[in-house]
Amino acid sequence: MKKLDGKTAVVTGGSRGIGRAIALALAEQGARVVVNYSGSQAKAEEVVAEITANGGEAIAVQANVADADEVTALMKAATDTFGSLDILVNNAGITRDNLLMRMKEQDWDDVMNTNLKGVFLCTKAVSRQMMKQRAGRIVNIASIVGVAGNAGQANYVAAKAGVIGLTKTSAKELAARNIYVNAVAPGFIATEMTDELPAEVKEHMLGQIPLAKLGDPADVAKVVIFLASDDASYITGQTIHVDGGMVM
Amino acid sequence: MATVIERVTKVVVDRLGVDESEVKLEASFRDDLGADSLDVVELVMELEEEFDMQIDDEDAEKIATVGNAVSFIESKIS
Repeated sequence: MKKLDGKTAVVTGGSRGIGRAIALALAEQGARVVVNYSGSQAKAEEVVAEITANGGEAIAVQANVADADEVTALMKAATDTFGSLDILVNNAGITRDNLLMRMKEQDWDDVMNTNLKGVFLCTKAVSRQMMKQRAGRIVNIASIVGVAGNAGQANYVAAKAGVIGLTKTSAKELAARNIYVNAVAPGFIATEMTDELPAEVKEHMLGQIPLAKLGDPADVAKVVIFLASDDASYITGQTIHVDGGMVM
Repeated sequence: MATVIERVTKVVVDRLGVDESEVKLEASFRDDLGADSLDVVELVMELEEEFDMQIDDEDAEKIATVGNAVSFIESKIS
C-alpha cells in the first residue's frame, strides 16, 4: 500500500522543474496525477508518458491559472477523469526579475496574476469538491524569498509572501472541513529557473547556504508528499523551508 | 413531486442536523438554525445540486433565511 493510493492530485505548472518532480513523486506514491501546464505541452506530455510507463495514471491539461474559467475547467477535468480531487499542489509560477526602479507595471501584474491570484483561484475552485468530500490537502509552493526578501524580485517576493498569508488564511477557513493547507518554501533549487542566474550570483548564494549545496527538485517533492499524506495529520497553515538552512 | 419548500427543508435538515419543525420560512440559518458561515456556503452548494441550478455569489449572499432560499429558487424555476 502506497501513501497516496486512490488519491487524485492536481499539480499546476507540472511540466517542468519542481512541479515535474512533484508530479512524478505523487504518481510514485500511487496518486493519479493531473499535470497542468500553460505553454509547455510537449514537456507535460513527457511527464504523463513517464508516469504511465511506470504503471501510474496521469493526464495533461492546459490551463492558465490566472484565468478563473480555465481553472474551473482544469478542476472539472480532474474530477471528470478520476472521480475525486484530493490533493492540489499550487506550483505554477513565473519570474520577471528587475530592480524595483526598473520594474514595469506589466511585469508586476503578470507575476502577481500567475503566482498569487492563481493560487487563490485554484484553491477556491477545489474547495467546493474538497468540502463535499470532507477531506483535502492543499500544498502551496511559496519561496524562501517570500520570507527573507530578495533584491531584484519585488514582484516575485511580494507574490510569494502573499502565498504564505493565503496559506494561513485558507488553513483557518477550511480546517473545519478537514482540508489541510500548508506551504513549502524552497530555497536555491537547481532548475531551469535558477540555471539562468549569472555565475557570480550563484556563487554568492551558495555562500549563504549552511549545507553549502543547491537543492534538488526531489528534495522539495519529498516534503510535498509528506504534507499531502496522512503523515502530516496534525499540521496545517505551516510553511516548511526546504533551503539547506538558508533562512532560519 | 415534492414542493420547493419540502425539498429545501430536507436539505436543511440533512445539512444542519436540525429538527424539521424548526425549519420555518422566517428561520435564519445562522441565528436560528446554528449554521456558521461555512455551513451556509455548503447549504447553498447543496441547494444548487438539489435544484440543478447555479446560484451566483451575489445571490448566495442574500440567502439568510429559509424563506430567502425558497423564494429565490421559486423565482428561478417558475
